[in-house]
Amino acid sequence: MQRLTRILSLTSMLAILTSSLMLPTTANADEKDMIADGKAIAFHRHKGNCLACHAIQGGLLPGNIGPPLVSMQDRYQTKRQLREQIWDASVNNPHTIMPPFGKYKILTDDEIDKVVEFIYTL
Amino acid sequence: MKPPSKKIFFKYCCQATLIIFTGLLSLNLHADPASDKEKFQNFFSKKFSGIDFNEFSNGVYAIDPESRAQWKNIEEFPPYVFAIDEGEKLFKTLFITGRTYADCLPEGGIGIAHSYPRFNIRKNQVVTLAQEINTCRQLNREEPLPWGRGDLALILAYLAFTSRDKEISITIPSSAAEAAYNKGKKLYYSRTGQLNIACAHCHVDNAGKRIRADILSPALGQTSHFPVYRARWGEMGTLHRRFAECSELSRAKAFPLQSEAYRNLEYFLSYMSNGIKANGPGARK
Ligand code: HEC
Ligand code: HEC
Repeated sequence: MQRLTRILSLTSMLAILTSSLMLPTTANADEKDMIADGKAIAFHRHKGNCLACHAIQGGLLPGNIGPPLVSMQDRYQTKRQLREQIWDASVNNPHTIMPPFGKYKILTDDEIDKVVEFIYTL
Repeated sequence: MKPPSKKIFFKYCCQATLIIFTGLLSLNLHADPASDKEKFQNFFSKKFSGIDFNEFSNGVYAIDPESRAQWKNIEEFPPYVFAIDEGEKLFKTLFITGRTYADCLPEGGIGIAHSYPRFNIRKNQVVTLAQEINTCRQLNREEPLPWGRGDLALILAYLAFTSRDKEISITIPSSAAEAAYNKGKKLYYSRTGQLNIACAHCHVDNAGKRIRADILSPALGQTSHFPVYRARWGEMGTLHRRFAECSELSRAKAFPLQSEAYRNLEYFLSYMSNGIKANGPGARK
């Protein structure tokens, strides 16, 4: 029994070690910052305020005017396509209620880049 | 030379693009008001089928059972009761001229709120009940009251109360009146503000949906219960105060209260609710 727990804790330590070693290849420190910043901008009431209309994992009391933002990598092959939707949603749907975050300068280019990084992880 | 930031503001924030609603509800820009109204009311009856026509006067509480239960509790001791009493007192107070509001208003002001706003042919513009009150004050050498809250909202609460259960009946008596109506309609359907959203986006297309934690009320019946005691305001407020707040939601610069733009908007929106029983003053969260 004791041996079993020791093996288990050893394997889990190994797992932690390998996953932390692997992190840089999936998201480097800069990217992680971008994602965290992007999340903050997306959730901020006076910035993206995306939760007004979209359910997003980790956000409380979301609206349901737009679809839940999930499986983004299935929906968008590239970040660039996702960026275009956020930049000006009216290109895809001229009657959309979704604000044109880039075109109307609601967010800066830099802020949109960060939001894209975050949304693409969903 | 204006600074560039102002130019950008103008370019992005103040432009209003008329949008056409396909599939959902399109009111032709040149259709006549009567057929607009029929289309509008049918649209909401279909969208919220099973809801009685008069229930639309209850806004969100008509369409969301959970909010309705909370509101029913509030209505047991309505927060606007004091406003009706205060408003009645103010309404009956003599001006320095010895006259009262009743001397200026049609029918002495009693049971007329449901027929406002009206198109005043002589003034060639839409006149709201709020304006009638301040005009009356000025005729009697009294200072006009602020438009959004305070004594004016209280007086309007009393007058609304005397119109309860009467069907909203707005008339469009002339082609000039129809032009004013059309301006209001155009504003209702025009994208504005930095968010580039129209009133109709929220209260027509997406009525019943949640914007964050708030449920969007249907446009039909929206004017029936004003003025309103709003918990977030902690006091009574007028319809134009709510308009201004909604303009700001789309990050547009609000029009001044009782400006021509908002009076025309009120004219359009009230006309759309013709036939619904007035139930002001109201309570909202
Ligand atoms: C006022 C409402 C509203 C706000 C605010 C809003 N959206 Fe949207 N969004 C929509 C609607 C409605 C759609 C559905 C497609 C359409 O009508 O354009 C949509 C679609 C999307 C899509 C496409 C989803 C898919 O699966 O096709 C993405 C991605 C998106 N929004 C991201 C965002 C982000 C990021 C923000 C905040 C920075 C945001 N939205 C803010 C209303 C909104
Ligand atoms: C971004 C969304 C949005 C836009 C755009 C918007 N509103 Fe609203 N409006 C709301 C919300 C949220 C409320 C509070 C909940 C409710 O009653 O709908 C509200 C409430 C109202 C009410 C009070 C309803 C009641 O039952 O007491 C009126 C009247 C109103 N809006 C009119 C307008 C008009 C006129 C415009 C355009 C100038 C407009 N709204 C634009 C979101 C919006």
